[in-house]
Amino acid sequence: MARRFVSGNDAVAEGVRLARPHVISAYPITPQTIVVERLSEFVEDGSLQSIYMHVESEHSALAAAMGVSSVGARAFTATSSQGLLYMAENLPYASGARMPIVMMNANRALATPWNIYGDQMDSMFMLNSGWIQVYVEDAQEALDMMIQAYKIAEDPKVLTPFMVNLDGFVLTHTYEVVDIPTQEEVDAFLPPINLSENIMSMEAPKSLCITAGNNYNMEFKIKQNEEMIESISVIEQVDAAFEKQFGRGYNGLLETVDCEDADVILVTTGSITGTARMVQKTLRAEGKKVGLLKLRYLRPFPTKALTEALKNAKVVGVVDKNISFGYEGTIFTNVNSALMQEGASQKVDNFICGLGGRDVTKENIHEMYEKMLVHLETSADVNDANVASKPQDRIHYMNVRCAL
Amino acid sequence: MIEVRWHGRGGQGSFTVARLLGLAASVYDGKYAQAFPSFGPERRGAPVLGFTRIDDYKITDRSELDVCDYVIILDETLWGADVKVGLKENSIVLINTKNPERYQAELSQRVVGLDATQMALDYLGIPITNTAMLAALVAITGVVETESCKSAIEDSMNPKIAGKNIALFDYVVKEVASRE
Repeated sequence: MARRFVSGNDAVAEGVRLARPHVISAYPITPQTIVVERLSEFVEDGSLQSIYMHVESEHSALAAAMGVSSVGARAFTATSSQGLLYMAENLPYASGARMPIVMMNANRALATPWNIYGDQMDSMFMLNSGWIQVYVEDAQEALDMMIQAYKIAEDPKVLTPFMVNLDGFVLTHTYEVVDIPTQEEVDAFLPPINLSENIMSMEAPKSLCITAGNNYNMEFKIKQNEEMIESISVIEQVDAAFEKQFGRGYNGLLETVDCEDADVILVTTGSITGTARMVQKTLRAEGKKVGLLKLRYLRPFPTKALTEALKNAKVVGVVDKNISFGYEGTIFTNVNSALMQEGASQKVDNFICGLGGRDVTKENIHEMYEKMLVHLETSADVNDANVASKPQDRIHYMNVRCAL
Repeated sequence: MIEVRWHGRGGQGSFTVARLLGLAASVYDGKYAQAFPSFGPERRGAPVLGFTRIDDYKITDRSELDVCDYVIILDETLWGADVKVGLKENSIVLINTKNPERYQAELSQRVVGLDATQMALDYLGIPITNTAMLAALVAITGVVETESCKSAIEDSMNPKIAGKNIALFDYVVKEVASRE
């Protein structure tokens, strides 16, 4: 193990090197570029025995990765923002064909207006693509998830492509201390890929990415959905095994901080979680019963674990670095659906922030908790139809310059 | 937590030095650190920022710096409102200049001047002042060990350039320490 001071992008590249993909096919895009630059350097200096494919677009990058996966080899690609959208056609192709490709996505805003800074609009676009989606909080988790991603994706019960999301700039371009495991340690955890079925073979020729008409198509999709939901147990097992071997884990699909007795809980994804940890700790020290829930996976969605963790709360806040135009934040929609399924009756607030790289300050997060604490005092009224607020009153835009 | 903001122009090494300080503090001093640039497109000559956070505990703050313990200005033509924001009462402002008095007159905080451009020209042959200003910061504040900074420089540059920068670093540490 080596302790090094590296950026989030460097950490991803180190994680990928340790996972030993056979082929890397990628196209550079800010703020992901350093990942693919580093990987091409590793291939050049011989420290990574992979084939590096220079492709002319993101669409080709993923198409090439599908080719790699279809012969049973380990594939890696990385992208961001418009690049992810340019790949879009191939995302459900890869997931429907059950190809365990791993992709790093640097979360970045979508045009128009053109913007290279971070938010999570891009990956939210792809929630329905059939890819597993994890959101990491720091560079260490980014490195670790590159290794876990292959182990989960290649599990015979899962066989699903895997997207590791890092907040653009805030994570990709920030340097911090990262423990880099040795190749021996990683090899002991992540064996070589071993796909026996559904791969191209000269001995047993078969067709992949097949057609299924209205006679069988629906059954394919149901199976894909059920097995993605069942991957929850594999994700938990792999994270537990990782913790056992490397001494650090991430508590599976979500992590809770002081949620057991909390009256109000803030739900965060990605790097904002780190800032929220500081605010939550300060408020606790002041005697306020506040908790924090770090939602790591959005697909598969951890309905049961989430509702269990939120069950004692009276007010829940959901942080979204995205807007589904004409509605609300996408994570808010997903959390509300989970709570509804479990018959929960919390007041739920949506905090939309950080779009196009707007800073999310400690004061902003403090303000979120304060709003929730105010709702706690008036929570008796929440279920009273006469005083229930309009749906749009549940959406709070944070740190904005315009009048609301 | 110690928070440091570096002001420079694209190409002057303001982010490199933010990273060198973080590397020295974390890998060599055994603390925790974060270093990041002002995010966005990189443009030579444009005003850019570098940030370093140092703490004894893991740093989870992902927001931008609002207040700084130390502000270091590599290029005095950047003096203006932007360098004066986020100062605490006991912040120290370190500026590459021959005339620190004119800047001290505008601030109640302590302003320290260093003619880093001349020193860099003497030792490196080019007016890149980031390692000289790092040396001044360390000599004044002791925020990291001097040996850790030199190890960080050795780690990050090719041996010939690292050697010149370490000679400059040593010179500045001695020069500033003798003034303190």
